[in-house]
Amino acid sequence: MARIDGTSAFLARGLRTLALAVIVLFFLFPILWIVLMSFQTNEQILRIPPSLLFDPTIVNYRALISGKLVTAAGQLDLPFMRNLGNSVLLSSVSVLLSLVLGVPAAYAFARFRFRLGENIAFTLLSFRFAPPLLVLLPLSLYFQDLGLANTYTGLVWVYQLICLPLILWIVRGYFEDASPDIEYAYRVDGHSWWRAFTRIAIPLAGPGIAAAGLLAFIFAWNNFVFALILASADKQPVTVGALAFVTASGIQYGQIAAAIVLSILPTLALALYAQRWLVEGLSLGAVKG
Amino acid sequence: MSLLLDRLSKTYPGRDGHPVRAVLGLDLHVEDGEIVALLGSSGCGKTSTLRMIAGFESVTAGTITLAGRRIDGQPPDRRGVAMAFEGYALYPPLTIAENIGFGLVRDKRGLSREAAAQRVREMAEMLEIAPLLARRPGGLSGGQQQRASLARALARDAALYLLDEPMGQLEPQLRAVLRGRVKAALKSRGCTALLVTHDQTEANAMADRIAVMEGGVLQQYGPPAVLRERPANLFVATFLGEPPMNALAAKVQPEGLSLADAAGQCIPLPGVKLPPDGVNVVLGVRPHHLHLGEGPLSGTVISNQWLGDQAHVVIELREKIIVAVSHTRVKLRAGERIAFGFRPAHAHIFDGQTGRALAHGPQPA
Repeated sequence: MARIDGTSAFLARGLRTLALAVIVLFFLFPILWIVLMSFQTNEQILRIPPSLLFDPTIVNYRALISGKLVTAAGQLDLPFMRNLGNSVLLSSVSVLLSLVLGVPAAYAFARFRFRLGENIAFTLLSFRFAPPLLVLLPLSLYFQDLGLANTYTGLVWVYQLICLPLILWIVRGYFEDASPDIEYAYRVDGHSWWRAFTRIAIPLAGPGIAAAGLLAFIFAWNNFVFALILASADKQPVTVGALAFVTASGIQYGQIAAAIVLSILPTLALALYAQRWLVEGLSLGAVKG
Repeated sequence: MSLLLDRLSKTYPGRDGHPVRAVLGLDLHVEDGEIVALLGSSGCGKTSTLRMIAGFESVTAGTITLAGRRIDGQPPDRRGVAMAFEGYALYPPLTIAENIGFGLVRDKRGLSREAAAQRVREMAEMLEIAPLLARRPGGLSGGQQQRASLARALARDAALYLLDEPMGQLEPQLRAVLRGRVKAALKSRGCTALLVTHDQTEANAMADRIAVMEGGVLQQYGPPAVLRERPANLFVATFLGEPPMNALAAKVQPEGLSLADAAGQCIPLPGVKLPPDGVNVVLGVRPHHLHLGEGPLSGTVISNQWLGDQAHVVIELREKIIVAVSHTRVKLRAGERIAFGFRPAHAHIFDGQTGRALAHGPQPA
């Protein structure tokens, strides 16, 4: 019996490993393929049959970084690096603003009962329900009247629709999980409300804040329609800027791939950095009980 | 420092629109250096009272005065109170030593680093947690965390110490030891303390005076002996004491009390100041004051349990269940008839409607 059990356990483990490998391959292969494409010229990419073996070239990256795209139809100016800068600027400023506004609000919703509290919280969440395209036309008209169209301020403001509800609702849950008595204990030790909030409540909700911030950053980074309508070329993030690779002389697959690789990097770096906090959060959660 | 609660009330907005009255017009005066226990079952308003004094709950009506200063409008950090939490509320990232010493070294008002470390060590030794000082709260048992929380409160120099069920998680033996030590420490430093507990042994052992609460209302406030000997009403009489006091419905007659629970049998109570004839009352007698084998009453034995140092004999008196305690073994089997009685000196008489105490025998304890 024991031997049969051992064999079936071994088999089960083998099958699970195989299944995981298939899943990983399925999800990561496109990314791997993009990375490979970014080191090939358009001709190499488009040859039939495709091949995994090629002479790597950095011509795509050089074109992106120098901002000069040489095509059969001539030389094009490519504001990719500026787009990347815009993405970093818009996403990080939006997330920072959302954290500044959303974390105290989440704390208030978690700790205090006040009139219409639940309604306000739900209204903020409901911003996520509205289809962006429905909101965009009136929004772009208002923005033109207010002089906010094609400004960083206007875009950061609109990005709050993406970031603020996310941060508010995730962080609220973390505040609710932490016992208010720990803050009270700090209060009776002679500390002000503000110090209890910054020294006790925020660190205890730290992992939640990190997770919510990271998620909000990714959502803001990936946004396309808001910036497409509300910003012109010099304010556009990479998601919109990538449209420039569809040129009169064809689609520049190599540059698109290189652009994707470059535009993944900041989010990836942030995720790796935030991982520290997320893992710390898990172990802190074990302590709480 | 002395604490004065004047008509303190707390009403919570209920979920279904009905406001919940947690505390109703509570008057309480705690003298400087006194230890007072707020005793009651869960939901009686004792913890709400404590949290209002600490400043975690707003006051619906009434005032709180500590050391001659109104504090009910002050934030918790300006009230000068120290608190031990029922849920411990230790800071997870700090060690036990850092937790205890947390409120000590602070700005210019606090102790020096050496004095604070010394104080932390003393508290830890008193509460038997010295070996845990370098550990973090996460790995500790409930009882250990509770003692750390208590140590953190006692280490402070505060005008008032609020202790919310400070020993609920401890083993009985350790609890008995620490009760004495904590009381001695509070007394030697002249501390004023308010202890919230549902454990009457703890209240009796530690408190100079006990305030019994029920339904948000203060039932009686006095030294443990007075509560035991002269309970102000039927609630206090039956709440204190284990097993609880026996209560029998009765009517005052010219020759004594006629017991409704014993088919109108009349028992004389010489020496007890009975209310006027015809008044419906409740007769209360503590289980250890009932004498088995002799007396005017009789009933059927339901059970007889020897608990190692005392016997609990449960007797059915018509519809009514009576408990008697005997300190010697008694040979009684279920179903046997037994006569029993009590000395008039041990009787308590309560109003039949309100439960208010009307008379006590001359030797009520």
